[in-house]
Amino acid sequence: MNRIIKIILSDIIRNKIVLAYTLILSILSWSSFALEDNSSKGLLTILNVILFTVPLVSILFATIYLYNSAEFIELLLSQPIKRKKIWLSLFFGLSTAMVFAFFIGAGIPLLVNSPDSIGFMMLLNGCLISVIFVALAFLSSILTRDKAKGIGLAIMIWLYFALLFDGMVLFLLFQLAEYPIENMMVGITAFSPIDLARIQILLHLDVSAMMGYTGAIFKDFFGTSVGLMVSFVLLSLWAIVPFFISMRKFNKKDL
Amino acid sequence: MKKISFIVFLLFFSIGKAAIIQVGANFPVKKIKQALAVAKDGDTILVHSGIYKEGTILINKKIYFIGKNFPVLDGQNKKEVLSINANDVVVKGFKVINSGHAALNDPCGIRVYDKNNVTIQGNILDNNFFGIYLQNSTNCIVKNNVIKAYGKAEQLIGNGIHCWKSNNLQIIGNKITGHRDGIYFEFVTQSVIWRNIANNNIRYGLHFMFSNDDAYITNVFKNNGAGVAVMFTKNVKMFNNYFEENWGDSAYGLLLKEIADSYIFNNRFARNTSGIYMEGTSRIKVEKNSFESNGWGMKIQASCMENEIVNNNFLKNTFDISTNGSLVLNTFNANYWDKYEGYDLDKDGMGDVPYHPLSLFAVLTENTPSAMLLYRSFMITLLDKSEKVLPSITPDNFVDNKPLMKSLPL
Repeated sequence: MNRIIKIILSDIIRNKIVLAYTLILSILSWSSFALEDNSSKGLLTILNVILFTVPLVSILFATIYLYNSAEFIELLLSQPIKRKKIWLSLFFGLSTAMVFAFFIGAGIPLLVNSPDSIGFMMLLNGCLISVIFVALAFLSSILTRDKAKGIGLAIMIWLYFALLFDGMVLFLLFQLAEYPIENMMVGITAFSPIDLARIQILLHLDVSAMMGYTGAIFKDFFGTSVGLMVSFVLLSLWAIVPFFISMRKFNKKDL
Repeated sequence: MKKISFIVFLLFFSIGKAAIIQVGANFPVKKIKQALAVAKDGDTILVHSGIYKEGTILINKKIYFIGKNFPVLDGQNKKEVLSINANDVVVKGFKVINSGHAALNDPCGIRVYDKNNVTIQGNILDNNFFGIYLQNSTNCIVKNNVIKAYGKAEQLIGNGIHCWKSNNLQIIGNKITGHRDGIYFEFVTQSVIWRNIANNNIRYGLHFMFSNDDAYITNVFKNNGAGVAVMFTKNVKMFNNYFEENWGDSAYGLLLKEIADSYIFNNRFARNTSGIYMEGTSRIKVEKNSFESNGWGMKIQASCMENEIVNNNFLKNTFDISTNGSLVLNTFNANYWDKYEGYDLDKDGMGDVPYHPLSLFAVLTENTPSAMLLYRSFMITLLDKSEKVLPSITPDNFVDNKPLMKSLPL
């Protein structure tokens, strides 16, 4: 398994797209931190990267990579290796590459410029988001054999979580503004990994605002150690569940 | 010549006549009440260290009441500890503890009844219902006292320094913790509050009601239940104060309600849920303050008018400004906003594009607080950006025409 991961990693590095992604992330992060003497603008830039760029790049790159390495997978299947092992090592290879890209590109400037709970929280959430969207890419690429369809599906998934979901929540919020929906809203965030990550970071970034008003409700849930555990478990589930569905499909698939 | 020297001698003698009465375990006078009974106007009662449990000690003569090494006056949780019912009394260097707790007659650590020129200086007050209570007094000084209580709920504890219907007071250099309100002013005029520290009080650090022509300068108000409240007052000057870490629903760094003609200068508002909350205020100048890392920098309700917000720094706040209506009768000028994205082509230090400090999302959360859940999501950022370009929901005259490009050195 280690050997397959090594092959995949070296292939990804030779591919240069991930290197370019790392470079762009690091230029963006360093320059936005250098822009002003306080770290707030840099943190906001990286927050937007985590919520927007990281999911997009992770899911698109992983999906395309999987389609392109279809022949390589078939070749591996002809060897006496378990299917589970192949799929797992593909997953580990891709997520390691994406996590490392994020860590080197955005994580190091974060740790240098904001070495506190905010920076640490962002780093953790950024890495988790990378893994989650790689897992979603595995799901979308196994669902259809057609490359165009698969990539389309990946883009739809990204669009849904990055934009549509929030739009729907906003719509719900204003439709049901008369009702006591705060607790329900906390529950609804569990349905989007991006929202979960965003609220985790928000509680550290905008702590003064989140302490007041309904912020207190979110703080009461997400701010406690139980809430923190629950939301991290939820985030991990967002990575594990789609990947396991895809693995079951891969095991049974007639290639 | 002899006559003159005799007169001088007599003068000295008459001054020296003010006796010093020593009280303590090793002295003939063992009890403070005995000393008070024999003392005459102008005498000094010097109390040596020890614990004195004598119920309510009533001072009704003009005396200097001095404690040496902080003698303890213990109210044993029953009564008021020290009552001052004479002019020109000085109380210095005592440790006043355990006054009674009662809602009907408000027992205090130290209380002044309708008197002038009383000085209360350098005392330690611990676990009293009210700390120091000035009632209908003039020209009094409360200085360098350390006042501490362990209140659990608003209705179970009194205020640290409570001043009612007084004038010309000086409240200087006190430290107040754990009371209901740190300092409470009601119908107090022409007084100054200077260099006090009020933190961890249950309700307000400083509570002002109907108190005109006062100034509070260089105080620290930190981590109080609801910050500082100034209500129904005019001509208040607030200079160089720190308002910090007042967190929670309806907690404000500074709550202004029905204030007129006041001046807020060079204060620092940091890490509060709301820095300043203004309601029904008029003709206030807010100048050279720094608003840092607050949830809301300023909340200016639509009932405010003719206020000037000039030369302030707004840094790292979640929302700089918020309001509850579309009516804007206040002016913003030459402030520094860290969210400003304009440019300065003529290099005069002022941005060429006006800045609209009110964001769409601030308006949305004002109406639907739970929308806070979506803050900083991409959807909201898009909506905010488009609102900045074409204001439709936010009032378009809510604007700083000359925003500064660089933050002011405050």
